[in-house]
Amino acid sequence: MTNEFVLEAITREFPESVISSSEPHGMLTVEIKKEDIKKVIHYLKDSSLEINFLTDVCGIHYPEFPEKEIGVVYHLQNMMTNFRIRIKAFMSRENIEVDSLTELYAGANWMERETFDFYGIKFKGHPDLRPILNMEDLGYHPMLKEYRLEDGTRTDKNDSMFGR
Amino acid sequence: MKDNSLSNILNQHNSSEQIDGQLYTLNLGPTHPATHGIFQNVLTMDGERILHAEQTVGYIHRAFEKISERRNYAQITTLTDRMNYCSAPINNIGWHMTVEKLIGVKVPKRVDYMRVILMELARIGDHLICNGVTGMDAGAITGLTYMFIERERIYDMYEQICGARMTTNMGRIGGFERDFTPKFHELLKDFLKTFPARFQEFCNLLERNRIFMDRTIGAGAISAERALSYGFTGPNLRATGVDYDIRVAEPYSSYEDFDFIIPVGTSGDTYDRFMVRQQEIWESLKIINQAYDNLPEGPFHADVPEFYLPEKADVYKKMEALIYHFKIVMGETDVPKGEVYHAVEGGNGELGFYLVSDGGRSPYRLHFRRPCFIYYQAYPEMITGSVISDAIVTMCSMNVIAGELDA
Repeated sequence: MTNEFVLEAITREFPESVISSSEPHGMLTVEIKKEDIKKVIHYLKDSSLEINFLTDVCGIHYPEFPEKEIGVVYHLQNMMTNFRIRIKAFMSRENIEVDSLTELYAGANWMERETFDFYGIKFKGHPDLRPILNMEDLGYHPMLKEYRLEDGTRTDKNDSMFGR
Repeated sequence: MKDNSLSNILNQHNSSEQIDGQLYTLNLGPTHPATHGIFQNVLTMDGERILHAEQTVGYIHRAFEKISERRNYAQITTLTDRMNYCSAPINNIGWHMTVEKLIGVKVPKRVDYMRVILMELARIGDHLICNGVTGMDAGAITGLTYMFIERERIYDMYEQICGARMTTNMGRIGGFERDFTPKFHELLKDFLKTFPARFQEFCNLLERNRIFMDRTIGAGAISAERALSYGFTGPNLRATGVDYDIRVAEPYSSYEDFDFIIPVGTSGDTYDRFMVRQQEIWESLKIINQAYDNLPEGPFHADVPEFYLPEKADVYKKMEALIYHFKIVMGETDVPKGEVYHAVEGGNGELGFYLVSDGGRSPYRLHFRRPCFIYYQAYPEMITGSVISDAIVTMCSMNVIAGELDA
């Protein structure tokens, strides 16, 4: 199973859904329209590609791109041929919703809760979308880039010269 | 999909073992001696039978992912060893390998072999504790106390490498800060000579022990299909019969050079998890023996001056070394743009690092794929319907490490 083969299968099946693709450090990375995420991952799981192991779900935040501000990154795997694929979907802050994978993978439950906890991404169809690692009444999603790690009111520290 | 909600279970549940017909709620944890770490299980019980379980995690969440967005790459090593503190060197070395993959460094063969020796020692230490504790929670404390002596000897070896015992901060990006010391060679040789016989005693104590087998066979079983759906990896997945091990599937750090087998179980119950770990200890010993016998000569670190601290003597005398020393210590090394996912076989399964760099001095995004966090969510499914003593041994044999659970 090669990257070209899998990418071709995905583009053939969902010509409208694939936005872009790349291969950073050899891993096929496909950007998919966020409405079609569940469809594509379901296809990868049930088709003869057998990419049926959900390795990881995590979020990412790019404040400088308002249209594609919040991203979800899925890592999936075919254990038999040891093929890995990364799937990304981006959305704006106003429309921060994506389909949940809990019907496909039991393990998606906590991974999506963690992503919701840190980035505020609402997973449609998730049975129990509550913060998991932070306390439930925290009220914000701390991994977003606008929350600085240290107290923003401090003036005695100037990190700009260190490129941070 | 099966409806596992509490109200549904209560509706279906009509006969009670209790005389008064009442269900009660039991808080197992957060600081229960049997949880071996801080996490909570709220159990709904009917007599001794568990009808419903719900976990609460996050008690020791330390926001490592957020902190690492402000730290330079060398400083993140100290965060990784606070995840699975039972096998900290695997986390450290896994992180170093992730960075090396991103910046495109090839480390010398000797570094690979040194890493393999240390990672396998860490795996032995991790499995010894897990299995010792499983025995202890089934009522056999002796095994754990003897295996703690062996773990101490492994920690003595860590001390020779990095000066620390538990949270090791071992190695550097590109290799090790120093070569194996003569004392380390002495300790390792002694360990390889005496450990097998002592470990065999532990095996004899529990593996065919009637009481232990009765307690663990059939307790907390999970099918291979459900385990894969839940994202199990590592010994817990192999106990269900799936022979997936990253050391073989995607060899890193020259694992392809060594001859070893991947033990698998059949039923995925507590006894199988225990036995898979027992066998893995023997296989780890085999790997260490092979790696130590064939340890190549050569440098113990790669030539990456931007990331690897120069010799202290050079810092005082040479301009270049001083510049690099300053840049590394102040965290001023720019890391090339890119994104990379690297996984190593940790003590509990696939320990993955998803690293996105925007060309700055600290990661733009770093996500840890922590095996514990992912497989612990299967716990309610594994214990519902069993008695509470089975729930305890199931939890131990899953080897849930609170630090890795919460990151």
